[in-house]
Amino acid sequence: MSGVALTVAAVEAGYGDVQVLWGVDLDVGPGEIVCVIGSNGAGKTTLLRTISGVVRARAGRIAFGETDLTAATPADVLGAGIAHVPEGRRLFAAMSVEDNLKMGAFLRRDQAGIREDLERVYQYFPKLHERRRQDAGTLSGGEQQMCAVGRGIMSAPRLLMIDELSLGLAPQIVEQLSEILLRIRGDGLSILVVEQDVNAALELADRGFVVDRGRITLHGDTETLQTDPQVREAYLGMA
Amino acid sequence: MRDWLILGVGTLLFGLLALSGDTYLLRLGTMLAMYAVLAMSWNFIGGMTGYPSFATAAFFGLGAYTSAILQAAQMPMAVGWAAAGLVAGGFALLIGLPILRLKGHYFAIASLSIGEILREVVNTSEEITGGGMGMNLPLLRLPPEVQAQAFYLCMLGLAVLTTAVAILVHHGRLGFAFRCIEQNEDAATVLGVDTRTFKTAAFGLSAVFSGVAGAIYGNWVHYIEPLDVFDIMHSVKPLVMVLLGGLGTLFGPIFGAIVFLALEEAVWRNFLGVHAAVLGVLIVAMVLFLPRGLATSFEQIARRFRGKAA
Repeated sequence: MSGVALTVAAVEAGYGDVQVLWGVDLDVGPGEIVCVIGSNGAGKTTLLRTISGVVRARAGRIAFGETDLTAATPADVLGAGIAHVPEGRRLFAAMSVEDNLKMGAFLRRDQAGIREDLERVYQYFPKLHERRRQDAGTLSGGEQQMCAVGRGIMSAPRLLMIDELSLGLAPQIVEQLSEILLRIRGDGLSILVVEQDVNAALELADRGFVVDRGRITLHGDTETLQTDPQVREAYLGMA
Repeated sequence: MRDWLILGVGTLLFGLLALSGDTYLLRLGTMLAMYAVLAMSWNFIGGMTGYPSFATAAFFGLGAYTSAILQAAQMPMAVGWAAAGLVAGGFALLIGLPILRLKGHYFAIASLSIGEILREVVNTSEEITGGGMGMNLPLLRLPPEVQAQAFYLCMLGLAVLTTAVAILVHHGRLGFAFRCIEQNEDAATVLGVDTRTFKTAAFGLSAVFSGVAGAIYGNWVHYIEPLDVFDIMHSVKPLVMVLLGGLGTLFGPIFGAIVFLALEEAVWRNFLGVHAAVLGVLIVAMVLFLPRGLATSFEQIARRFRGKAA
């Protein structure tokens, strides 16, 4: 797969009068897994929503490889190769699992490629294949997250952004999902994951960014972050 | 394929009714076709896309007046009808862009106000619309039975056209997008569905056929006035029919229109004073006992029986 990097430079964004992001810099290299950690309301979700074009950046620059995405629509961003798995899964509850997955390919026209990717998703998540005719609303939390990630993959992205992978899931399930994400990365995708569960995030990722009140306060290798006194105290509950 | 077959058979059966010279039956048939058109129209935006629109009366009235004004200027009837659809559809696209940013109750109220505003505009533009005096439409020089047959066939034709479009939408990319917006608009957005465009398209679709229905209605009854064609009931009735038949289903709205018209004829003519109360009770009863409509409930019952047999 071609190596394309996501670059976020000095981005500011918010909702109405409330500014959430204050000059955020972040980058994700080809084939990398990068995590964004931080507490509730730090701006993690807004950061992903800004990258995917749902929220418009007020200043700064977002680019994916050579493609400028600063003022792009969600469809443009998806077309450039960035898929967004939103917080809380956001499945189409009354649609079948398979229709949910196919919905991920809404902008694609290559029927053969879509079928191939559907097979690929079922290989990653055999559970989804078992339940492909079931309504997505009847899935367990872990299966729903699988479906949401699978739906993201169906757009054939080069970068997969996941908002709160572990939200409401048992640690065991998170571990299973993490293993599959490593396989997905092995197949050539880069992954940007936003997490409140700092332990899980640092286990999975190569590099991490710490967000606090809309600013990046720290970034580096996950090994470095894990031993950083500030991170240990604020997010891992260790002195 | 099955849906086209149902449409074909239905068209044939209802078409045969036109042979009847019974004007009462033909009047009922015309009402039924009109109700079906309005219900299916509302279903595009309210059922499939999940935006509770109360603008049907606005489109109906706008269509009726567009056609009446053109015919008053000596345009042929057909031109009036076609223009009614275009004007109502175009108007919906324009007004849809701002008000479809609202959701739920807020959208419902905004859409409700459109009809009220249009009625006031028509009321005060006396030189063009005759204001509260209403407008007369040209009388056709045909015997009453032939007119009844003709208008029945026209309204039926519109209903068939609306159903055909509904079938295409239902099975197509458009319907897929509508249903995604109905279920989870945020998710649809991040999957690259241009929700604004699709919502506006659904609103436009709901307007075009309502507008033409209003235009045909005007010629059918020869006379329109603001209170009649912008009547809020034109917004409420289709909604009740769709709830009766099955929200977001393909043939549910038609089914709902049949049941609704039967109720209207059987009950309300005899209890004129309390018919609004009957409507209220009906809505409450439906929400309580048939939240997913008759069509869906029948399907569930049928499935249960089939399950037992197997």
